[in-house]
Amino acid sequence: MEVGVKMGMKGGGDEVGGKEKEKMGYEETELRLGLPGDGEVVRKRDFSHTVDLKLNLISTSPTDGKDKNIVPPHLDPATPPPAKAQVVGWPPVRSFRKNMLATQKSSASEDSGEKAAFVKVSMDGAPYLRKVDLRMYKTYQQLSDALAKMFSSFTIGNCGSQGLLKDFMNESKLMDLLNGSDYVPTYEDKDGDWMLVGDVPWEYASLYLIISSTTLTALLLLNFQSFFPNQKNSFNDRMMFIESCKRLRIMKGTEAIGL
Amino acid sequence: MNYFPDEVLEHVFDFITSHKDRNSVSLVCKSWYKIERYSRQRVFIGNCYSISPERLIARFPGLKSLTLKGKPHFADFNLVPHDWGGFVYPWIKALAKSRIGLEELRLKRMVVSDESLELLSKSFVNFKSLVLVSCEGFTTDGLAAIAANCRFLRELDLQENEVDDHRGHWLSCFPESCTSLISLNFACLRGEVNLGALERLVSRSPNLKSLRLNRAVPLDTLQKLLMRAPQLVDLGIGSYVHDPFSEVYNKLKIAIQRCKSIRSLSGFLEVAPHCMSAIYPICGNLTFLNLSYAPGLHGNKLMKLIQHCRKLQRLWILDCIGDKGLGVVALTCKELQELRVFPSDPFGAGNAAVTEEGLVLVSAGCPKLNSLLYFCQQMTNAALITVAKNCPNFIRFRLCILDPIKPDPVTNQPLDEGFGAIVQSCKGLKRLSLSGLLTDQVFLYIGMYAEQLEMLSIAFAADSDKGMLYVLNGCKKLRKLEIRDCPFGDAALLEDVGKYETMRSLWMSSCEVTLGGCKSVAEKMPSLNVEIIDECEQMEFNLDDKQKVDKMYLYRTLVGHRKDAPEYVSIL
Repeated sequence: MEVGVKMGMKGGGDEVGGKEKEKMGYEETELRLGLPGDGEVVRKRDFSHTVDLKLNLISTSPTDGKDKNIVPPHLDPATPPPAKAQVVGWPPVRSFRKNMLATQKSSASEDSGEKAAFVKVSMDGAPYLRKVDLRMYKTYQQLSDALAKMFSSFTIGNCGSQGLLKDFMNESKLMDLLNGSDYVPTYEDKDGDWMLVGDVPWEYASLYLIISSTTLTALLLLNFQSFFPNQKNSFNDRMMFIESCKRLRIMKGTEAIGL
Repeated sequence: MNYFPDEVLEHVFDFITSHKDRNSVSLVCKSWYKIERYSRQRVFIGNCYSISPERLIARFPGLKSLTLKGKPHFADFNLVPHDWGGFVYPWIKALAKSRIGLEELRLKRMVVSDESLELLSKSFVNFKSLVLVSCEGFTTDGLAAIAANCRFLRELDLQENEVDDHRGHWLSCFPESCTSLISLNFACLRGEVNLGALERLVSRSPNLKSLRLNRAVPLDTLQKLLMRAPQLVDLGIGSYVHDPFSEVYNKLKIAIQRCKSIRSLSGFLEVAPHCMSAIYPICGNLTFLNLSYAPGLHGNKLMKLIQHCRKLQRLWILDCIGDKGLGVVALTCKELQELRVFPSDPFGAGNAAVTEEGLVLVSAGCPKLNSLLYFCQQMTNAALITVAKNCPNFIRFRLCILDPIKPDPVTNQPLDEGFGAIVQSCKGLKRLSLSGLLTDQVFLYIGMYAEQLEMLSIAFAADSDKGMLYVLNGCKKLRKLEIRDCPFGDAALLEDVGKYETMRSLWMSSCEVTLGGCKSVAEKMPSLNVEIIDECEQMEFNLDDKQKVDKMYLYRTLVGHRKDAPEYVSIL
């Protein structure tokens, strides 16, 4: 699924016909359910389309056949050159290189500021892992408290779904939807670990959604937005590259002796 | 010459490895032709449509290594529609049916399907080496077939291909028994790879010399791989992002220091520039450094890195290095032979960060420079004349000014004199690409002086047919001529049609040649295929000979019209 933003080009590009997707703003409004890799493939075609435009620009010297594909030469160094239109195949850079640089640029420009430091947290005996953003905590005590909260239901032996969900998700909506069923959304990440859905903000995750009931699958796919009310503007948020960081492991006290 | 028994001649021919020389040898006499063809193992076919696989197989039954090129060069720049041709499947099918024991296949600008790769993987027991450059049409499923079935695979080298990445487990398809890998390059793949499988594969490949990773391989995996493969000679780093105070980074430093054989470094597809110091220990031995896909590396960090690379012979870099950075290169890399400066903004909307100044500095500091690809903001005649004086050894000189018809900004003159100086000084020049404001004069110089020129690329240049005529008349060794947006018409095209039989190919797009002119060439020269590429299908409605042809591609061939051309290609 994609939503492209169609914007007119300067200089009467509309008459050219055919579809064009302006590079500007496209990535931010792009809606996709697929994996991040797919998005990059889609992006490649869009840039190709942009570059493939043949623009019929008004030439300053109608008799000069040379100018039919480009803007008139800019000979005055004092004033800045006019906005250049795209010429097919110029500059002569391989499409692969163009696409690669474009991809690198978009992920870099949207990655302003520090990266989140997501770290996996596993607890011995727990059925799945969690992820925490270490940057959220200023002191070890804060981190410790957060972890305690996350895994409290396990330590006090409360594996009931309601207790789990309340602590983990803090999302009463999720609970309602699940109607107190025993199912919890988890996914298998690239290392083969089972992770609870939701720890990593939507646009950071590369997910395989594996959910135990078909109803839940359908519901989740349709209603994912509602699980993450803070992520309403997720598609306008910065895209970040997910890091496989070092992990945390909560061990049983007895096992920890001697470490 | 025929006093020697065949075996002796064959033994002598073993020492003759260059394709040109072997071709010459085969022309001496029938006997030599026969001996040569039975002993030939490596064949290079620069245009896959110049010959058929059946004829290749018939002539060279001992074939082991085949190199094929498909689409014309301008296909790299979106000037050739995707399904124009260059399919490798018929070649693999024919070779599979024959008794040829193919071991090596190198393809450039060809369409490679998963089906082809699967057939390839199952048809040749001793298949060892697959090199794909700028190809398309396959997915990681095809790679899985290669990995799974080629038991003695030594080399899988993927360079700048458009691969549909199914994020599958192709790496896991290398069986445990596969321990023969020497070279693995998957830097162009965009998807995730199974890191565990990668680590195990590297662990059981003691002969691995070349490893180029893609962006999905993170730093901690890199560190583990380097620990297992300290014998690497060529390394391509995928992701180089980490916390400089982390344990992983410390481990990486140790791992890198163990890799004393690395001579070639590339990648950094994602980079945190403050952590480059771990790389310094290996910089002193590098002969090839490719940072052209590392836009995250620039400024002082980049310069510092280069300052450690005193033995560099080839440098590929982005223009964000700037003229100042090129000055550092000039001071540091005295052994430099090849420089490629790519635009970091390839859509040309911005400004390139290098000008003629950077080039002059490098030419002054690096007297061994013989190969150049330079995307720049501007160029002056004075600079080119200086460069020509400093570096008379250029074999390849490709200059691309981002504004294709920009004159010398100092004098407002065309760049004829500058390029003229280059061709006059560099007597061994084989490849030349021009840009900037250019008149017929530069072509006069080229025709006069560029005696060794084999490939010429022209865009937005010249005033009249004379330009093209100077070149066709003067450059006796010309093999490939590609022209776009120049005022060359039928008069130039038809002046000496016999010339085209001595060349591999001619490309002309957005010029003044007409359908009638092209038809005339086709009529006079049955040994040429004259293709008209007409995407807008104007030709269908208007078959007037006076109609200007948008794209024409002609090439010599021994096998007549090809049967796989799409509808919009007419072969006259």
